[in-house]
Amino acid sequence: MEPVTTFTGKVVALVADDIDTDQIIPAAYLKVTDKSGLAEGLFQAWRYLPDGTPNPDFPLNRPEAAGATVLVTGRNFGCGSSREHAPWALQGYGFKAVIALSFADIFRNNSLKIGLLPIVVDEESHRELLSHIEEDPETTVRVDLPNQQVVLPGGRAVSFPIDGFAKHCLIHGVDQLGFIQQHEEAIAAYEAATPARVNTLHPDGGA
Amino acid sequence: MSQSKTLFDKVWDAHLVRPETADTPAVLYIDLHLIHEVTSPQAFTELRQRGLRVRRPDRTLATMDHSTPTTPRNALGVIPVIDPQAIAQLDRLRANCAEFGIPLYELGSANQGIVHVIGPEQGLTQPGMTIVCGDSHTSTHGAFGALAFGIGTSEVGHVLATQCLLQYRPKTCAVRVEGRLQPGVTAKDIILAIIAKYGVGGGAGHVFEYMGEAIRALSMEERMTICNMSIEGGARAGMVAPDDTTFEYVAGRPYAPKGADFEAAVAHWRQLPSDPEARFDKEMFLDASTLAPMITYGTNPGMGMPIDAAIPAPEHMPDASSRQALDKALSYMGLEPGKLLLGHRVDVVFIGSCTNSRISDLRQVAALWKGRKVAEGVRVMVVPGSQQVKRQAEAEGLHEIFRAAGAEWREAGCSACLGMNDDKVPPGKYAISTSNRNFEGRQGPGARTLLASPLTAAATALTGVVTDPRTMLEGALAGA
Ligand code: SF4
Repeated sequence: MEPVTTFTGKVVALVADDIDTDQIIPAAYLKVTDKSGLAEGLFQAWRYLPDGTPNPDFPLNRPEAAGATVLVTGRNFGCGSSREHAPWALQGYGFKAVIALSFADIFRNNSLKIGLLPIVVDEESHRELLSHIEEDPETTVRVDLPNQQVVLPGGRAVSFPIDGFAKHCLIHGVDQLGFIQQHEEAIAAYEAATPARVNTLHPDGGA
Repeated sequence: MSQSKTLFDKVWDAHLVRPETADTPAVLYIDLHLIHEVTSPQAFTELRQRGLRVRRPDRTLATMDHSTPTTPRNALGVIPVIDPQAIAQLDRLRANCAEFGIPLYELGSANQGIVHVIGPEQGLTQPGMTIVCGDSHTSTHGAFGALAFGIGTSEVGHVLATQCLLQYRPKTCAVRVEGRLQPGVTAKDIILAIIAKYGVGGGAGHVFEYMGEAIRALSMEERMTICNMSIEGGARAGMVAPDDTTFEYVAGRPYAPKGADFEAAVAHWRQLPSDPEARFDKEMFLDASTLAPMITYGTNPGMGMPIDAAIPAPEHMPDASSRQALDKALSYMGLEPGKLLLGHRVDVVFIGSCTNSRISDLRQVAALWKGRKVAEGVRVMVVPGSQQVKRQAEAEGLHEIFRAAGAEWREAGCSACLGMNDDKVPPGKYAISTSNRNFEGRQGPGARTLLASPLTAAATALTGVVTDPRTMLEGALAGA
């Protein structure tokens, strides 16, 4: 994973609550065995008209939104299906961070694993950011992960929460699987001390 | 300090390889890892790139369910897969399981089915276990008093390689459901009512424990229906304390402990329920005795109401964002505020999904349909949750009732719940569905989904318009 630290990015707003992962990436795109084609499927039903041409009214399709790397949205973003294809699609499209009032648990976990930064801000800062975007559709924000801050266009720095471990992993590009592997001894000790609860290879008491 | 623990605390504590520290999450041991074709391929690729093996194939089980067709078998008894992408995905799962030594329930084989139906069916799902799957409805298995939750593909890789996950301890929420259900009102209505009351984000950061008189009275299959939709309430997991109902269900299943081992397991399982003084971080409450059958009118599972209520009006919503959300939802659904849903035309009826495709669900539907026909012009699909459910239903002759009524009796799988195969609701059409998600396009692009119980869906199938099952009760109750 690429380390994430500090960057300045253009913001685009998709203001709605409870945007589910079926909207972020519909099931038709989940038939891949890699991550190909996911960016094209991002927000597919909203982004394209029924004839397959881009919907000019969809915020991501507006010319000013070209090159945006920060998505601003509402409450409970990423609810529904656990598909990691959703953060993959957002990242594949070019997003580095999503600013929201809250995130669904699995989506937030999945995003942190791949370096797509989920940023929760308070309602007042959210409103302020949206009004900046309304005034200037090419608004940018500065995201500063080490200091856990988003700097709004007016210069106001808004703090955001992130768990210390995820932050450390993102900044240093630490691989979480590698971290678990360091505990091999403890895992083996746990297994030795704990009788297996099931054995999928052997039904009928093989456990 | 009180030593009282919740059911969740007991299961969590028993699986800590390494507790949480100020700087790092806990390392949590996973007893059972279920995998399917859609959310696993990239995880296996990662393993291969790192030269890792699957640490515990004997704690892992794979099935094919999401992208599989549910079309009837051909003359050779084979379920034909036509979609080249689905073929590639299924082939990949087959190859991955063969390479890493993971048992696989092949498409059409005796035990294949929806991942959350087969775990309990095989006795793999047991009280006190930790169970994960790259699938949000893993919460279903919590009905047994297991801690079960959905994970992403990166985490699927973590579990394959280490049998562990990095996790912060979630908060707990007691969901009390008191009173007894009235005839015609079911477990599905309980969970739809909870989500309508507390919202789709109400459980975020929490693990639900469902408790109270109404929950204790439910069968295991009904408890699974409730725990299944914990994720729709925003909670990653939902649990029910194990009791005699649980033990009876587990007893004798292929992977359940046998003889003295079973007795020892039950003695242990009896220790799991929350201690009387245990504290929860949050509480929710529902009175089951006044509940009506529920139905959704919008585009998330929280947009639900009693079946005889009027569709809410945006101007009555408490704030601008919920006004806007309701406006958008009703325009997608083509529904008018203030109107009744009762009597509204439907085009498709879907009986299936990991929420409601078990034998008791099918029996309820068959009891209502016996000797009757579904309405003209309505496509009615009945999709069993597993091959075992299918065999059981056929042994009881339910399939003949379904066919005589004019419904399609299909092979096991996820089917129209997410429309990854050809089982889709056409654009703009209305489906009443026993599944768990009414998101825009969930059952096919432009599809309009009304979520309801199997009983409500079955009643609606007979009339072709949204129907309160309580008006048709005699037949249903006689056979249920
Ligand atoms: S039936 Fe639906 S909700 Fe359940 S696992 Fe399959 S796709 Fe997911």
